Amino acid sequence: MVCAPFTYHRPSSLRQAIALLQRLGEEAKVLAGGQSLIPVMKMRLAQPQHLIDLGGIQGLSYIREARGAVRIGALTTHAEVEASDLLKRRLPVLAETASLIGDMQVRNRGTIGGSVAHADPAADYPATLLALDARFKVVGPEGTRTVPASQFFPGPFTAALKPGEVVTEVQVPLPPQGSGASYQKFANKASRFAVVGVCAFISLNARGTIRSARLGVTGAADHPFRATAAEEALQGARPEERVFQRASRLVTQGVECVADVHGSAEYRAWLCQVLARRALETALARARGG
Amino acid sequence: MLCNIQVTVNGRSYASAVEPRLLLVHYLRDVLGLTGTHIGCDTSQCGACTVLLNGKAVKSCTVFAVQADGGIILTVEGLAKDGKLHPVQEGFWEEHGLQCGFCTPGMIMASYALLQRNPNPTEAEIRHALEGNLCRCTGYQNIVRAVQWASRQMAETQPTPAPRRRAGRRSR
Ligand SMILES: Cc1cc2nc3c(=O)[nH]c(=O)nc-3n(C[C@H](O)[C@H](O)[C@H](O)COP(=O)(O)OP(=O)(O)OC[C@H]3O[C@@H](n4cnc5c(N)ncnc54)[C@H](O)[C@@H]3O)c2cc1C
Ligand code: FES
Ligand code: FES
Repeated sequence: MVCAPFTYHRPSSLRQAIALLQRLGEEAKVLAGGQSLIPVMKMRLAQPQHLIDLGGIQGLSYIREARGAVRIGALTTHAEVEASDLLKRRLPVLAETASLIGDMQVRNRGTIGGSVAHADPAADYPATLLALDARFKVVGPEGTRTVPASQFFPGPFTAALKPGEVVTEVQVPLPPQGSGASYQKFANKASRFAVVGVCAFISLNARGTIRSARLGVTGAADHPFRATAAEEALQGARPEERVFQRASRLVTQGVECVADVHGSAEYRAWLCQVLARRALETALARARGG
Repeated sequence: MLCNIQVTVNGRSYASAVEPRLLLVHYLRDVLGLTGTHIGCDTSQCGACTVLLNGKAVKSCTVFAVQADGGIILTVEGLAKDGKLHPVQEGFWEEHGLQCGFCTPGMIMASYALLQRNPNPTEAEIRHALEGNLCRCTGYQNIVRAVQWASRQMAETQPTPAPRRRAGRRSR
């Protein structure tokens, strides 16, 4: 497999990268870990004339806590997220999600910024980042803006990025005391992508009822989504079996599940329900400190 | 347009002018003649092409050679020292961890990478680390045994206390 020829650029600053993107326009693509872009270039499904490698830019790879959020630089690899002691302590569900992406070699190269920008409808991070109410810092020719995860994935392989924009940071708010989250993935055995993946986040108030709950779903529809009907059913309720059962049934309400060789739409809807139940139960146990 | 790169492969330094679209695996095989690294698929899934780039296992079919500029690469050819096989290689021999051998260079490099950061992995950890390497012959059982063999062998030949303390830890 040989990719179509292209010109390689390796800017040493973000500013240069954005200037290049602006100048070269449609013909250019940025290259991060290459674990999605190179496979599609090998298949010649993408034939960019210019590749702008972000790998030469210092300071885009970090995991740190500041102002009530964990901030993850766009070039941080899945393996770094998986191994991060800070995340294991503060947001273990994110480290767990990273550990389930692809395989060791893919995790060693693939980046969180590349994953969210690529917006594969079966990618793992989007489910968890939706449930954790993350925000993405985006820098472009017109400056910097922050986009909430709930608005970042409008369609298949489409992120809410304008021409010339680059994702630079993922910001995940630190959950309050009495919160827990869990990501449950049913993986395709060959590709290891999610057939369906569900992340549940639960925050309890002092009386033990659900203060807020969020569910992020990947793989089921043509883009990752928040299961808002299920979230409403959980809000303010007691975290009991009956409530979880009802909420899980609502996960696909108003959602058109996709069908392909890996599963029918009905099968995916069923997986959503089963995985949501498991994710909610685990999230609850964690919220209670179990 | 050609790009100049400089890499260190198995301890030797090379400078080359390469096309940007040249994949690292083709650079290793066709330019440097190191054909121990195999190509088993077109879809970045089989892991036969696994090498270590700056100490990390990567699929060399999914990295451009230009991205490896300035890097340190280890391929299966670089494991044996003074004509003596590395314990991971010996393990595949002793435990019959191969049949046709096509997946073996990649399996060995992925296993080597695992044992570097986790010298005493559990069976589950071995299987997790080898998820990116497909084998059409062995059924994997003997590959897992080969890695366990190497792990024991390496603990005996390098009885430093550090690996024991870190035993079982998944992170680096
Ligand atoms: C065998 C295999 C199995 C995989 N399994 C899974 C899986 O189970 N789950 C999963 O979620 N993923 C999986 N992946 C995909 C993997 O997680 C990729 O790493 C990820 O989708 C893309 O990240 P990257 O850094 O490699 O991006 P690249 O491939 O470099 O780029 C992907 C796209 O995003 C753009 N881009 C990259 N970075 C930025 C940025 N900072 N700002 C704006 N645009 C950017 C690029 O221009 C390109 O269009 C798998 C990949 C392989 C090869
Ligand atoms: S050749 Fe199959 S993953 Fe590289
Ligand atoms: S030994 Fe034949 S593919 Fe693994």
